[in-house]
This record gives sequence, structure tokens and C-alpha cells, in this order.
Amino acid sequence: MFSLKETKRSALISLWFMFLTFPVLVIKVDAIEQTVYWRWENMLYIGLGSFILSIFGKIFFERQKSRRERQIAEKIEKHSLIQRALRDPKYLYPLGAAFFLFAVTYPYLFSTYQINVMTTALMYVVLGLGLNIVVGVAGLLDLGYVAFYLVGAYSYGLLNMHFGLGFWTVLPIGALLAALLGILLGFPVLRLRGDYLAIVTLAFGEIIRLIMENWNDFSQGPSGISNIPRPGLLGFDLTLDQAITYLYYLMIVMVLVTIFVVNRLQNSRLGRAWVALREDEIACQAMGIDKTKTKLTAFALGATWAGMVGVIFAAKTTFINPASFTFLESAIILAIVVLGGMGSILGVILGAVILILLPEYLRALSDYRMLAFGAIMVSMMVFRPQGLISNVRRHYHYRPKKEQQK
Amino acid sequence: MDYFVELFFSGLTRGSIYALIALGYTMVYGIIGLINFAHGEIYMIGAFTSFIVATVLSIYGFPLLAIVVLAGFAAIIWSSAYGYTVEKLAYKPLRHAPRLSPLISAIGMSIFLQNYILLAQTSDFLAFPELIPDLDFMEPYAHVVGTTDLVILATTAISMLALTLLIKFTRIGKAMRATSQDRTMAMLVGINVDRVISMTFIIGSALAAIGGMLIASHIGQINFMIGFIAGIKAFTAAVLGGIGSIPGAVLGGFVLGLTESFATGYVSSDYEDVFAFGLLVLILLFKPSGLLGKADIQKV
Repeated sequence: MFSLKETKRSALISLWFMFLTFPVLVIKVDAIEQTVYWRWENMLYIGLGSFILSIFGKIFFERQKSRRERQIAEKIEKHSLIQRALRDPKYLYPLGAAFFLFAVTYPYLFSTYQINVMTTALMYVVLGLGLNIVVGVAGLLDLGYVAFYLVGAYSYGLLNMHFGLGFWTVLPIGALLAALLGILLGFPVLRLRGDYLAIVTLAFGEIIRLIMENWNDFSQGPSGISNIPRPGLLGFDLTLDQAITYLYYLMIVMVLVTIFVVNRLQNSRLGRAWVALREDEIACQAMGIDKTKTKLTAFALGATWAGMVGVIFAAKTTFINPASFTFLESAIILAIVVLGGMGSILGVILGAVILILLPEYLRALSDYRMLAFGAIMVSMMVFRPQGLISNVRRHYHYRPKKEQQK
Repeated sequence: MDYFVELFFSGLTRGSIYALIALGYTMVYGIIGLINFAHGEIYMIGAFTSFIVATVLSIYGFPLLAIVVLAGFAAIIWSSAYGYTVEKLAYKPLRHAPRLSPLISAIGMSIFLQNYILLAQTSDFLAFPELIPDLDFMEPYAHVVGTTDLVILATTAISMLALTLLIKFTRIGKAMRATSQDRTMAMLVGINVDRVISMTFIIGSALAAIGGMLIASHIGQINFMIGFIAGIKAFTAAVLGGIGSIPGAVLGGFVLGLTESFATGYVSSDYEDVFAFGLLVLILLFKPSGLLGKADIQKV
């Protein structure tokens, strides 16, 4: 199957990578003890690994190319199995019911630790869905999403510390504050073009974190806020295990609400305006869509979810400090959206579950977590830009009246 | 007065490093219109390579001059190789994709490279060996400007002169200018655009490597995260000067370096990074084309 030329090419690639990684991977120096360690085995791994990967990459590209050509030739729109299953109520309802049953019985089947992990994953689902509005649907690359998350968490922490406000009071306040910040940040920056917008949002996110870190009188600086109370349930005293289970159910409700709202939004007038804006800004303006208003709503609505999850995060961990809100966090949420498929709700859920749960269960590989995140972002863009589950746009068919009456 | 002069020189030193990195951003942006997010990481890899090579050579007892030259060369060679490979892997397949795709790919590459260094080397701060000895004739001024500052300024000046000559007078420089003006037209007149793009990445990475080695020997310690902040600041410098403009990147670097140095010296050192980010936000809001850049008009 492989010609000599192909093999030679792959061999050259693996030689190149062996050269490339030589100083960093092979040599390790200890300047204090004045010793050098030579790790030649790493070179062998890199050589073999890049050889195999280059062959697979080549095969993948060839197959993708031929498939695309065939699709163009036959003029068919192919949908994957999952997408077809989702369209058909015959499969959709039992599937949904099974998932719901699993979600409800989960706390009875697994340990407290597992529930905690699942709650975290659900939080990322909501965060991903929120960012999905901004990045996936409206096409505004927001790299400072974590700032809104921070605002939610700190509004609970601070309001509780100073005024003794409870979880349920702060939940809407946190969401509102985050949305307000979204609008405040949005106003000036939304005039900017795509890539500039990305950098400015990144800078804003970092500025807010740095302020929290240095403004000791306001936010208690790097030491953070501790002893934040967990959410209460109608005045009952909950044990720790019960509180965790309660939080889990809270998150399930939250996810369901988010999915409902986001789904309705996507097919609304506003949602279609977002998509239009993403596809072509100038054409969209020419159609009479208010560009600024549409962008601002995307920003504010995305921020709202982050604010709410922020409040829940503060309640879950009972301790917050600025270190939880670095750029890396934004990047993880972005990776979830990119992996799942930009604009696709189910994709984002799948992305969050894969990216948050897998590293949790593959503890041995957890060091490689961020490395894998980076690699996933690059390879998704190169090999499958539409994500794991691509967003299928709703089609509107014209049906003559007669047919409907039948 | 001494304090002012000291801040001024420290600002110039910082500024020249920012300028060296900013050149890479601005050149790449000028040619393919991409913010190369991974550029800060290339700079970090340059610092690490020179650290490793310098330490190995000093353990094997090489003379100081040989260590400096060889470590510098190694940093330039490997950084360029990384820059070239990153372009081939993460950006080239996406040349005709929507605008956000290469940007996301670049962010992914940046995260990947940071963690690659973290896993391959260490997460600790490493003490960078002192490569530049204090010169005797600098002794009377040592309280305001160190020898390393002087070496950094001189090296930056030489690198920039070389870059200007390369772009103005060589064939590849001419091809680069043509490609940045109009890529399709450049292709039509027979310029190998792929090669020009690769060359741009190589040159930008080499400059970043020089910056990495210089700043590491100036500050005295390195870490796998240094590329992130330096990258954003250098990007700020590039935008400040007008992205796509080479003299603009240099000017922007110096303006940013001086602003930061005076702001931390006279206002507060806690908010060092906030000043740079704030400056970036302000420029993008009020003068997105920068000091020397051309206004960007979008046509249908």
C-alpha cells in the first residue's frame, strides 16, 4: 500500500522531529549539581511516534479529500448517525429519557467523589454553552470569558462576606453583574475586527484578574475569600454529602434550563441575526440588522451564564482566589466549544464531558492534560473544523397547502 | 535624576526586547494576516535552548566567549526550526479557512508548546547562567546602566539593521514586501509564496530567539510561562506601532518599554502588567491602526 516515496517522506519527517526536539527533550541539565542527563530514549519515542503519525496523517488527508470530491460530485448532504438519530423523534425521546434517568439516579449509584466530579463537568457544560453563544453562534472570539466567571464567583464571595446575602439571592445578582460587565466591556470593543477583539478580551480578562490579585482591601488579594457557605435548602441543615448531592441536582436543573434557553435562542430572530453576523458582517448590516445591539446581546447573554456558574462555583468550593481564573481556564472552555463543534449544543455537552471527565479518570495521564488540550485545538482546526458533532442548521421547507391537509 | 536615567535605560532595555519579539508578530501579520499566538512560545523555546546549551558547555569547560556564541546560534537555529514547523503544521493547512480557525489553532499551539516544555524540562524557575561579564569601563555608570543593558541595546540595534538591509536589498526581502502588498499578485509574478511565508516565520523566530536569550541573561531566570506575558506585551508593541509596519514595531516596543518602566517606577509595581494591557486596550479603542500603520478599510 505504501510506495517507497511515502515511506521516505515519513522517515524524513521523523528525522526532522528528532532534530527539533533534541535539545529540550534529550538533554536535561542540573545547573546546581553541574550534571547533564542524556535521555536518548525520548529521541527514539519521538522518531517512532512522528513516523507513525505522519503515515496516519497522510492516509487521513487522502481519504478526506476523496470523500469530499465524491460528495461534491453526488451533491449529497451527508449527516452522521447521531444527527439523524436526533432528528427522528422515534430515537430522540427514548434516548433523552434514558439519559435523564441516568442523570437522576447518578448520586445513588456512585460515590460522593464521583458526584463532585460530575458536578464540575456539568458546570463546564453550562460554561461551554454560554461561550458557545458568543463564539459558536455569533462568531465573536472571546478569550476573556473567565472574567465573567470571576465576577459571578466574587459577587457571591464578597456579598456574602459583607452583607450576609444567601446563595439564592446572589445567583441572579451575580448573573446580572456579569451581564452588566459584558455590556460595559462590549460597548467599546465590539467595533473591533475578529482577531483584535480576541486580544482585547484576553487583555480585559487578565486585567480583571490582576486587579483582584492586587487590590487587597477589596478582594483580599491572592489569599482569596474562604468559608463561603454552600447553598441552603429551605432552611434545612444539610450534611456535607447531602449538600454535594443537592448541588449536583441543582446543576442538572441548570443544565436543562440552559439547553432549553440556548436552543430557543438559536432558532429565534436574535439567534438567526447572530448567525448572519458570524457569516458576513457587511451583508448582515445591509439587511438592516443592528450590528452593535446584536453583538452586545450575544456578549451579555454569554456572560450571564458564566456569572451564574461563577456563583455556583464559589458555593461548591467554598473558597475562591484569583488563581482559579487564569487565561488557561478561558482556553479550556474554548477547547470544549471547539472540540464539540461550534454552535452545536450537543457537541458542547459532549466536549465538556470528554475534556473534563477523561482527565479525571485517566489520572496517570493527567500531566498531559493541557498538552492534549493544545493538540486537540490544533488538530480539530486542521482535520475537523466543524467539531465532533457539527451544527445542523434548521431548514425551512415550503409546503403547499394541499399536502398539509392530507 | 539618577533614578530617572536608571528607569530610562531599563525602559529602553525592555523596549528593545519587546521590539525584537514584536517584529515577528508584525511580519507574520503583514504577510498572512494572522496573529501568531505561538510566537511568545518560540521566544521561550529560544531562551530554554540557549540555557541548555550554555549550561552543558559550561559543565564541559568551554571558554565564555565560545559558550555565548554557540548558545546564541543554537537558540536561533532551534527557534527558527520550531517557527517553521509550527507554520507547516498549524497554519498552512488553514490558509483558506475562516479567519477564526488559524487563530484558535495558534492558541492551541501556544498551549501545546508551553506544556511540552513543562513536561520535557521543568515547571520550576531555572537560574540562567551569567553570560555577559561586567565590563571595566562601565564601572562608573554601573548604578544607572548595567553592562547587560548596553549589550542588549547594541545587539538589538545590530539585529534591526540586519533586518532592514535584508528586507530592503535582498531578493527574498523584495519577495516578502511584494507578498505583503498583494499575495495573489505576488503569486502571479512568480514568487513562491509558500517559501516567503516560511522565510518570514524563520526570520521572526530567529529575532525572538535573540530576544529570549538576551532577556534571560538579563533577568537571570526562566520558566515555561515567560512566553505568554512577553508575547502579549510584544503584540501590544506591534499594535501600538501599527501592525504590519516594521519601523512601527520597533517604535511601539520602545514606547511600551518606557511607559512600563516609568509607570512601575513612579506609580506602582504591583500593576506592571495592567499598564501594558491597559495601553493595548486604549490603542485598539482609539487608534486601531497604531502610530505608523495604515488605516484598514474593509471592502466588499
